[in-house]
Amino acid sequence: MVSIQLTGAEMVLQAFEDHKVDTLFGYPGGAVLPIYDELAKDKNSIHHYLVRHEQGAAHAAEGYARASGKVGVFLVTSGPGVTNAVTGLADAMMDSIPLVCISGQVPSHLIGTDAFQECDAVGITRPCTKHNWLVKDINDLSRILHEAFYIAASGRPGPVLVDIPKDIQFQTGTYIGPETIKHKSYRPKLKASIDKIDEALKLIVKAQKPVFYTGGGVINSGNAAVQLLREFVRLTGFPITSTLQGLGAFPGDDNQFIGMLGMHGTYEANMAMHDCDLLINIGARFDDRITGKVDEFSPDSKKIHVDIDPSSINKTINVDVPLVGDVAHVLEDAIKLWKSNVYKVDKAAVKNWWSTIEKWKEKDSLGYKNDEKTIKPQYAIQRLYELTKDKDSYITTEVGQHQMWAAQYYKFNKPNRWITSGGLGTMGFGLPAAIGAQVAHPDKLVIDIAGEASILMCIQEMSTAIQHQLPVKIFIINNQYMGMVRQWQELLHDKRYSHSYTDALPDFVKLAEAYGAKGIRVESPAELDKGIQEMIDYNGPVIFDCVVDQNENVYPMIPSGKAHNEMLLGKGNEDSEISDEGKVLV
Amino acid sequence: MESKHTVSVLVDNEPGVLARVIGLISGRGYNIDSLSVAEVDMESHVSRITFVTLGNEITINKMIAQLQKLIPVKKAINITLDKQGIEREMALVKVVATGEKRVESLRLSDAFRAKVIDTTHDSFVFELNGSPVKIDAFIDLMTPLGLSEVSRTGVVAIARGSEKL
Repeated sequence: MVSIQLTGAEMVLQAFEDHKVDTLFGYPGGAVLPIYDELAKDKNSIHHYLVRHEQGAAHAAEGYARASGKVGVFLVTSGPGVTNAVTGLADAMMDSIPLVCISGQVPSHLIGTDAFQECDAVGITRPCTKHNWLVKDINDLSRILHEAFYIAASGRPGPVLVDIPKDIQFQTGTYIGPETIKHKSYRPKLKASIDKIDEALKLIVKAQKPVFYTGGGVINSGNAAVQLLREFVRLTGFPITSTLQGLGAFPGDDNQFIGMLGMHGTYEANMAMHDCDLLINIGARFDDRITGKVDEFSPDSKKIHVDIDPSSINKTINVDVPLVGDVAHVLEDAIKLWKSNVYKVDKAAVKNWWSTIEKWKEKDSLGYKNDEKTIKPQYAIQRLYELTKDKDSYITTEVGQHQMWAAQYYKFNKPNRWITSGGLGTMGFGLPAAIGAQVAHPDKLVIDIAGEASILMCIQEMSTAIQHQLPVKIFIINNQYMGMVRQWQELLHDKRYSHSYTDALPDFVKLAEAYGAKGIRVESPAELDKGIQEMIDYNGPVIFDCVVDQNENVYPMIPSGKAHNEMLLGKGNEDSEISDEGKVLV
Repeated sequence: MESKHTVSVLVDNEPGVLARVIGLISGRGYNIDSLSVAEVDMESHVSRITFVTLGNEITINKMIAQLQKLIPVKKAINITLDKQGIEREMALVKVVATGEKRVESLRLSDAFRAKVIDTTHDSFVFELNGSPVKIDAFIDLMTPLGLSEVSRTGVVAIARGSEKL
């Protein structure tokens, strides 16, 4: 058992070493100076990436975590350092991303006195972390740090925060190694009961119109889960759809994949969800963007739900067979049981089901009318995909129309390549997340598909990219509108575009140059490919200003308060009335 | 159908644990009618939080599932439904009265087996134990007799029989 005398600040670095942390995002300040001092002395391998705003540190840590499958770690100071990090913590909480945030706090004797740069960090972050701690005794610090890493990464992952007063950082105490630390009571359940799994398999055997509905839980569970999912889906021959966060778990260009589901999902995916007789939810949480109107959600199906979080079961949708456990463990047991019982699916019925789905596919719900003069945003994403698909690229996004178009038109064949803010929907996420992803994969192509409104929310992180030589590419779908806001105003508020038009946008080419990056602007479809190629070939950060049609909307769309079979399908179908109940939904 | 449910939660007694439990309940839109909390195992530092909330069985189950997600929560259970629990509460009731009303309040307190724990010429403080319904009834009776002030502990509850939470 390791048990050595260290200062609090030294303990933080020792814990990083013990948990194999070699990457850190952060921003210094008064209350974390002792830890920063240790970083300066550190001869080890910890790379610190200096961000330009603590929100950027949190999102960069998220991007790093999601691209690498490791825990993202970041370091902020007290007061505004913590409050700036809150958005990132809340984002990671919603999307189940493992983060460890170390925050400085004013010295113990000043806590509660409204001291300079004091805030109640654990109080403010309590609802947006999986757990948090205020360290009151130096001899608790090592245990708390080990628990922090364990809790962040295990079970349903999430962000944690350890708030360390400055005097504790200076004090010397006993550091105990991680191998002997076990949390008193927290033990997430990994395996589901075999009887329940068998019950689920029997439903699969009987299914006439089944569909897999998979989510971010598969990716969080790890590469084994992804492989097992692919094996299981191929074993059954069933159609599979995915949530926004689950994209990449199953190959996006595979024939069994029927596209993303939900508010902006494909016609065939949503119709399959509505008409199926068996819905197999693996690692998704029946989010309101998926279900549409809950009362009319998949009305005739039996439902199986695999989730590691027991509170997700029956939260919004009641299910018939809940399987509480880790996706990889559950699928491993399911496949074993399937093979040893020599189960078979009803092939004839499933074939019929596929022909129904093929008919839905003929609607070509992602079709759009291209134009020779103006760039259609959908076309821009399609070209970006075609020109980068052989490169194993990592794609992050901001939030809005561009995000949905990216999800619809960029195909992901591997997990961890698609990094987007789904639950919280955080504009400003994409650039710092791209920085985090680039740090995790220095030699890969990392692109932030952005909107011109979102990108300005964390544009300061351009400096971070330049300073640390991270060649991220920012591909701005520039329609001069907060496009998704404009779309909703068009559909729900009689086209009163209240404050959704951005006047006085910066010249993005000059902005790129001001930061020391390359700027490219393309305004016509004919120049698009050349511009994208130039962006890819440039060895350094690029801001690509892709000037697109201002009035395109994201289709298909399930309007608020409507069911899956009441989708709007692009031009000509926009007159559908949205009820007053629907209008109050977001 | 909405009704009152009593929920017992066993937690590690660490700083902020009550705030976590209460914050979760209010943050997810539930309400608390009463609350009591104290350490019940001095060796392993386990506290028991008991609260009464209004809702139907489904919403209470969801609330319990959310509570169980909190890291320091060891166990959470709907004592009312799952265990037909016994519920008790204590109240201190101050009645300020003279003459006939004073005599009547004392007579009634006897019927409720309330104890007089403080008295002056024109006041009593009664200590009363029992189900929340009994305490409500006592307070109702004291109201016209000069009820001045009430302090209640909130409900504590425990399961019947030999089973342990």
